[in-house]
Amino acid sequence: MRVFAVAEHRMGELNPISVELLNLANAIKKDSSEALLLGRDVKGFADELAKFADKVWVIQDESLEFFNPESYADVLIQFFANNKPDVVLLPNTSFGMELAPLLAVKLNAPIATDVVGVDVSDGIKVSKYIFQGKLMVDLKLNETETYVLTIRQGVFKEGKEVGGDVEELSLKPAEPKRKFIQYIEPEVGEVDITQADILVTVGRGIDDASNIELAEELAEMLGGVVAGSRPVIDNGWLPKDRQVGISGKTVKPKLYLGLAVSGAFQHVMGMKDSELIVAINKDPEAPIFGVAHYGVVGDIFEIVPELIEQLSKSKG
Amino acid sequence: MNIIVLAKHAPDPESEIRVGEDGKSVDERGLVWDINDWDRYAIEEAIQIKENKGGEVVVVGVGEACEDTLRKCLAMGADRAIKIPYNSTLDAYRTAEVIKEAIKDENFDLIMAGYQSQDLNNALVGSLLAGMLELPFATAVTSVEVEDSSIRVRRELEGGYNEEVVLPLPCLITVQSGINEPRYVSIMGIKRAKTKELKEVALQPTSSTLEVERMYLPPVKKAEMIEGSADEVAKKLIEIFKERGLIG
Repeated sequence: MRVFAVAEHRMGELNPISVELLNLANAIKKDSSEALLLGRDVKGFADELAKFADKVWVIQDESLEFFNPESYADVLIQFFANNKPDVVLLPNTSFGMELAPLLAVKLNAPIATDVVGVDVSDGIKVSKYIFQGKLMVDLKLNETETYVLTIRQGVFKEGKEVGGDVEELSLKPAEPKRKFIQYIEPEVGEVDITQADILVTVGRGIDDASNIELAEELAEMLGGVVAGSRPVIDNGWLPKDRQVGISGKTVKPKLYLGLAVSGAFQHVMGMKDSELIVAINKDPEAPIFGVAHYGVVGDIFEIVPELIEQLSKSKG
Repeated sequence: MNIIVLAKHAPDPESEIRVGEDGKSVDERGLVWDINDWDRYAIEEAIQIKENKGGEVVVVGVGEACEDTLRKCLAMGADRAIKIPYNSTLDAYRTAEVIKEAIKDENFDLIMAGYQSQDLNNALVGSLLAGMLELPFATAVTSVEVEDSSIRVRRELEGGYNEEVVLPLPCLITVQSGINEPRYVSIMGIKRAKTKELKEVALQPTSSTLEVERMYLPPVKKAEMIEGSADEVAKKLIEIFKERGLIG
């Protein structure tokens, strides 16, 4: 079984998930783990990948400088014509989630996304979360020649070095219909939530823009600032630069206090390394309690005013 | 501009989620269904484009019970609806094939879907459909600008970055939440929706690409839980903050 991992890089940086894919490839391979590195001037990443792969294929072309699902899929399909893949692994990121479905269609392969477990003892079985982290499911993929999987980041961090060789190939994609124009930098706001020691983070359960004030008041008493999870930003209750999560900012405050934050994976990845995590949520099954050090099942509209009152008393 | 919007009728993940008795499905009791949150943004975006540029918005739903969601989209301003009474599963590949077949006679410039479904979170049907129809596409779109024969979109990357790309029409995009402010359904809208066409296209996939073996609660390391009344909880939390030197 040949397991291929498609490496991800952007703006001159290799995404560490590329190595995580190879760790998984090494764990499930029967023949080889092979990295696919596409881009322009990316040869520098090949040595790092070669530590963890039996083989690294480097395919460089100026048209591959910026990711484009059409060009990348086209080149990979040309490559796979001579190197039949059994499993193709991609990161479950903005990159992999555009490339993987296109490959699945072109390879006529079953696809599973956001995979956190792979079992190859009897065909291919994968595990993944559904309902935004509240349930898990094991799926058996129908037996076929090739499988395409996108892998959740941070799951396959452990692995051994393999030490493989690097081979360069020259393949040209057809002209894509979609055109890359430019990257847009993140918005910069007044408050930098990544620098705060104490972060009061509000979630969907804050219910209304007017309730942000309550969080602001608590944050002020604690000497911290207010951040939000995705639904709060989507509703316009807090500006985009206050968003914690994969598509927002990664924070590591001394105290993360989550108010009615449910704890979807994309949020948790942005705050799990905080020194102390305290979460208050009405739902005892909220996934945030899986990452928190201390949890309270309760109503923020009862507990937060009480916190504010006691804090103001203790300050005299 | 003629736009097809894919709208899923889906259980709210904030409702009570339990494993069904067969250990392979979600217990229907306790589920609250509505239009998939991401699709709400997609239908709003489509209606806004129609209001500015003219054309037609056709909404496509999958599932025996999807009529509520289709009617809601019609009430928001979609022109007609196509219902595929097939109860889709985690097999997004087959769902995309069924949708492809259902829209084969439609004349469209743009297909829009939500970035992902709020229940299964596969984020696949839209992009698989684009692949099957050989359409250029972009996912997790955060803004759309309509040009003469193309659209200019921003798509969300990681770490607050976006990417600007141009897609010639016809094309497909999946929409990220927060792209707009979805409108509320008006009484007038609901009345008008009753007269709009809702066509049923009976389609079923003949095979599957994957099967559910087991559904279960995720193993979690649990936080140390603090119990008591609001004032007791507050007192304990303040003690913890003080012990850690977080507050004076």
